[in-house]
Amino acid sequence: MPNMNMLQAINNALDIAMAEDEKVICFGEDVGFFGGVFRATSHLQEKYGKSRCFNTPLVEQGIIGFANGLAAQGSVPVAEIQFADYIFPAFDQIVNETAKFRYRSGDLFNVGGLTVRAPYGGGISGGLYHSQSPEAYFAHTPGIKIVVPRNPYQAKGLLLAAIRDPDPVLFFEPKRLYRASTGEVPEEDYQLPIGEAEVTREGTDVTVLGWGAQMEVIERAVELAEKEGISCEVVDLRSILPWDEDSVVESVLKTGRLVITHEAPLTGGFAGEVAATVQERCFLYLEAPIARVTGLDTPFPLTLEKEYLPDHLKIFEAIKASAAF
Amino acid sequence: MTTTQDIHAPRFLSGDEFSIPTFRLLRQDGTLHEGAEAPALTRDQALKIYRAMVATRVMDERMMAAQRQGRLSFYMQCTGEEAAVIGAAAALDDADMIMSQYREQGALVYRGFSYDEFMNQLFGNELDYGKGRQMPIHYGSRKLHYMTISSPLATQIPQATGYAYGQKLAGDGHCTIVFFGEGAASEGDFHAALNMAAVHEVPVIFFCRNNGYAISTPSIEQFAADGVAPRAFGYRMHVIRVDGNDVLAVLAATREARRIAVEQNKPVLIEAMTYRLAAHSSSDDPSGYRSKKEEEAWREKDPIQRLQHWLMGQGWWNEEEEKALQESLRREVLETMKRAEKRPPPPLDSLVTDVYADVTPTLQRQLDRLKTHIRRYPDAYPKGARSLDPGVQAQGANVDAERDPVNRGGE
Repeated sequence: MPNMNMLQAINNALDIAMAEDEKVICFGEDVGFFGGVFRATSHLQEKYGKSRCFNTPLVEQGIIGFANGLAAQGSVPVAEIQFADYIFPAFDQIVNETAKFRYRSGDLFNVGGLTVRAPYGGGISGGLYHSQSPEAYFAHTPGIKIVVPRNPYQAKGLLLAAIRDPDPVLFFEPKRLYRASTGEVPEEDYQLPIGEAEVTREGTDVTVLGWGAQMEVIERAVELAEKEGISCEVVDLRSILPWDEDSVVESVLKTGRLVITHEAPLTGGFAGEVAATVQERCFLYLEAPIARVTGLDTPFPLTLEKEYLPDHLKIFEAIKASAAF
Repeated sequence: MTTTQDIHAPRFLSGDEFSIPTFRLLRQDGTLHEGAEAPALTRDQALKIYRAMVATRVMDERMMAAQRQGRLSFYMQCTGEEAAVIGAAAALDDADMIMSQYREQGALVYRGFSYDEFMNQLFGNELDYGKGRQMPIHYGSRKLHYMTISSPLATQIPQATGYAYGQKLAGDGHCTIVFFGEGAASEGDFHAALNMAAVHEVPVIFFCRNNGYAISTPSIEQFAADGVAPRAFGYRMHVIRVDGNDVLAVLAATREARRIAVEQNKPVLIEAMTYRLAAHSSSDDPSGYRSKKEEEAWREKDPIQRLQHWLMGQGWWNEEEEKALQESLRREVLETMKRAEKRPPPPLDSLVTDVYADVTPTLQRQLDRLKTHIRRYPDAYPKGARSLDPGVQAQGANVDAERDPVNRGGE
């Protein structure tokens, strides 16, 4: 099985999808000949031609508006937004159009073919505008799906599933891991389920939940906790919308404790949604308050990025506090 | 690509150096302007256009009255703009996609959307294709290639560019026309759409209904330029300004625009100069922001009268036929309205379908909880209470015929 980094895995998924279905079309800023600023679309124009992999003008609302129309027509657009921080000019097209296309037409029309890819997250000295994690904004929008992979294997399988999913998907890629995360990735076509969480480590004392780049951070925290004799169950949510309530609840019913972590700010972050649901469904089983380890309620900083981020030490402390409560 | 010609002293250019002419064929009295030639049009075609214009007017007048009577929550009239909208629709192939803003019901009438279908949407009953989810006038029809309306302005414009790009790749010889007002042309989506269409050489017709007002804001406060048309130069796009109350001119201009779009894969901008004779919507009263005198002046340019005069001049129409048409349409509007009003609302389960292709477990739980609550207070939720139990579904074969056969957007 070949070893790939996350970019190679994403590129490979796009290649498979484009080879299989000529309706799959990739576009975005610098996506064409250049292959994207991160090279996720490298060589796709060469292979599939300029009509199926191309640059767009620099206009995010136009990219997603165009993608919505293209999907409604029956094509399968995979639109790239260069950084998730720049998705906001397209907020109206995503929230008012993409998400509501099927519902408002009574299923006469839909944009289910659409996938929007966007690199998100910090840890790359990107400051305010190359670091944000905007998943919670979109999680408040019924009609779209939100998927965040944690490693190359997951990225390929989830992206192929997203492209073929009958609903529009926002696919947030942890850019800090683009080249840092490597692993074995099957060459062949495979899909991983959207809407299902995955237990990546079984344990009995504390459930630790995250997604995307935080999974690697959680793993480091859990190793410290295990040394202190705390057995952790680690859950990768993978899909933020729809999210797998049952798997999370099942784990918390077992451990009685939950630590949730994300890079985005605390207030209004998706951890709050998970916590609210878990307390509702696991109230009598909880042994400790549900803990949230997140970014601060500030814009994403630059010089003090390390201090801002919910790193393994902060998570480790939260696990210990939960276990000792 | 930028073409440069060097100069060595500063010389600023201004848009005033361009002057955009208005294309007109028909005078108000139904005669052609000197040197003007009517587009090729059979008697049947001309009457189809005329009947659609009258049918739109009759429905609009009656439904606005119904709104005033409190039978309908909301309404919007196409009144005064029938020539622009129907003339454009008549220039297209019936399988070309139409993406509308919201005031283009005339195009749907032209394509054969029945009064019954309009009424089902307006009353949001169980036969409404949109399942009672959107406010009145948000029509859509898959079989008639008419994209379901959404309220946000201008969002449909870049979507049209994308849709037409897909048509170009499919190579089926079709194009997309997208309608919008001169007000919506101020939105960022307008710029994005035209620029992308020009860059990617997309067969799309951008049709601007410049009707003078965006609700109360006159076009003079919308842009400093000479209308919307000059913007086409900035995108290196073909453009024509046409008298929007002259259906023959609109038809001829849109036919040519379609030819350019489909044969050359080039987008075209059409600016139709017209006037919104009615209020913006049933929630608006124009007397606060424009004069009766101004309205009267435009009423003199009524597009339906103008075409009627031409038809009579051709010997294709007479007073008797006019009277019969008006009477039969009025009767049909009333009948269909009464039918639609009586039909029950969509079933409760339709609250959670179509959010996604399949109802998610979370959504199913929410629906179950809601049903438990409604069972406790059925009188407080009469619409939902009547369809609490499964099996109460929308009747009517035409609903199913409109449904998308596959999840992925099209065949």
